[in-house]
Amino acid sequence: MNAVEAQNIVKHFGDTHALDGVSIQFEEGIVYGLLGPNGAGKTTLIRVLTTLLTPDSGSASVAGVDLITDPVGVRRKVGLAGQFAAVDEHQTGRENVEMVGRLYNLSGEEARSRADEVLDRINLAEVADIQVKTYSGGMRRKLDLAASMVGRPEVLFLDEPTTGIDPASRIALWDLIEEMVDGGTTLLLTTQYLEEADRLADRIGVIDHGKLIAEGTSDELKATLGGDVVEIHVHNDDRALAVECLTRVAGEEPKAEGGSLSIPAPNGSKTLTAVVRELDSAAIEPRDIALRKPTLNDVFLTLTGHKAEDESQPVTARSRRRG
Amino acid sequence: MSVTTSIRPRSRVPLRSAVIHTAVITRRNVLRFIRIPQLLLFSTVQPVMFLLLFNYVFGGAITTGTPAGPDQYINWLIPGILVQSAAFGATATAMGLTEDLGAGVIDRFRSLPMARSAVLTGRTLADLVRNSFVFSLMLVVGYLMGWRFEQGFFKMALGFGVALLFGYSFSWVMAAIGLAVKTPEAAQSAGFLPIFPLVFASSIFVPTSSMPDWLQTFAEVQPVTIVANTVRSLMIPEEALGLLGLDQGTLILQSFAWIVAIIAVFAPLSVRQYKKAVG
Repeated sequence: MNAVEAQNIVKHFGDTHALDGVSIQFEEGIVYGLLGPNGAGKTTLIRVLTTLLTPDSGSASVAGVDLITDPVGVRRKVGLAGQFAAVDEHQTGRENVEMVGRLYNLSGEEARSRADEVLDRINLAEVADIQVKTYSGGMRRKLDLAASMVGRPEVLFLDEPTTGIDPASRIALWDLIEEMVDGGTTLLLTTQYLEEADRLADRIGVIDHGKLIAEGTSDELKATLGGDVVEIHVHNDDRALAVECLTRVAGEEPKAEGGSLSIPAPNGSKTLTAVVRELDSAAIEPRDIALRKPTLNDVFLTLTGHKAEDESQPVTARSRRRG
Repeated sequence: MSVTTSIRPRSRVPLRSAVIHTAVITRRNVLRFIRIPQLLLFSTVQPVMFLLLFNYVFGGAITTGTPAGPDQYINWLIPGILVQSAAFGATATAMGLTEDLGAGVIDRFRSLPMARSAVLTGRTLADLVRNSFVFSLMLVVGYLMGWRFEQGFFKMALGFGVALLFGYSFSWVMAAIGLAVKTPEAAQSAGFLPIFPLVFASSIFVPTSSMPDWLQTFAEVQPVTIVANTVRSLMIPEEALGLLGLDQGTLILQSFAWIVAIIAVFAPLSVRQYKKAVG
């Protein structure tokens, strides 16, 4: 059975085509990463799949339950951690999780023991009896995650789980999500960060302007991008000579963008070494040289010809915005 | 199955679960009220301040016709001020809902297999719990200031109940307003718009007989006066009942009619606004 099966989902808000006929499906037990910039339609799709929004047209089922005819049935089988940590400041961590457990129709006793279990799993047991208002952003996200798992959902939806939190918490959350996945949880997560999708997702869908524009494993997507590149910055005086050097290594003219020159690096660091040798023998001292992984921007440049508007790097995430 | 028709889903939450969900949400909101000191302070200090202010500052200059003596105004004021607190307190419903909307809490609730009505009912019931605490406190302060319930405990309790129920119905009005305007700031301003004319052009603080004719006509038929006079009719000395214009039975009947009517109009309206605000 497919965990999610969505056909041709359309959702317009006035003139905004938030979803313009999106179809995705994936099987149980995998992590599906939905990658796209702000405003691409990621959050709208999650809201549709978790019954928060009714689509204008299209059909979908989640965990085998039809979204349109049996939304309550879908809600019994899904967990959602939204873009904002929807936890109650004035309750303790444990009270928050227990409350959600009760709303998943667990008995009082079940809800208590299940809350203990997930809080322990998520390493919040020690602060479980402290009010959430004292928690850091990362801890709130974790708690939100705990709350979304308390009902043992068959499919878990995480909307930008690490946007807006500090780098250390981000890595801790990644570890946590990986553990959950090892436990067999089926997961759909949205992200703006290629690195995050790369690390967590078995399959990645790239979404832009309400359309799914590419899908595949991380390796498949990178292959369409041509993999790593070597990028150099040189003084203007050296530029012509540097272009010659790079052409010798790559067998093609380098791409020029802004002040930088870049060539594909199919052999990774070997290509980098070759470039360094060439530049050295031409007596060029580059201001900067790097072997660079493709970024979300590269994905978008390649797939759509335009940049992803948001250039935040994974480790310097900025303010939370709706995507 | 596709969504080309407007057929809405028919999967429902069993009633027993809905009751549990409502209790869970009510508890959550009551906890919130207890744990935010500012909320607790604001909602208790303000009514007590009104009580002291009206009794000691204006009270001496107001002639109500209640039996003479140094304590006469407090006996007029206490029933009224319960109703005033009920109306003012209801804005908390609007505030609470808009805060939850903004914080994504409502999204979380809506993604759960819970009764959707529980979010609104749990909110209004929590405000009912809070009101009963605030009212009790005011009666204690009133007692210290010389107020006495003259018709026995049972009738006083009945009056207390009428004021509470009116507050509950008013919570639904505020729920509809809050969900329509969506932000806490707007909810506060918009909430007071209907409250001010209803509370001040009423018999809460003074008898309507001193008002100009046109205002008096409005003041005498509007629900706040009816409810305030009902509560009053159950607390003031029996020989003063004639001041209220209508007899006790009629007042009680009219109060319940208003309360039922307000809930009947604003509860469905709130539910509709809720669906619109989040859908």
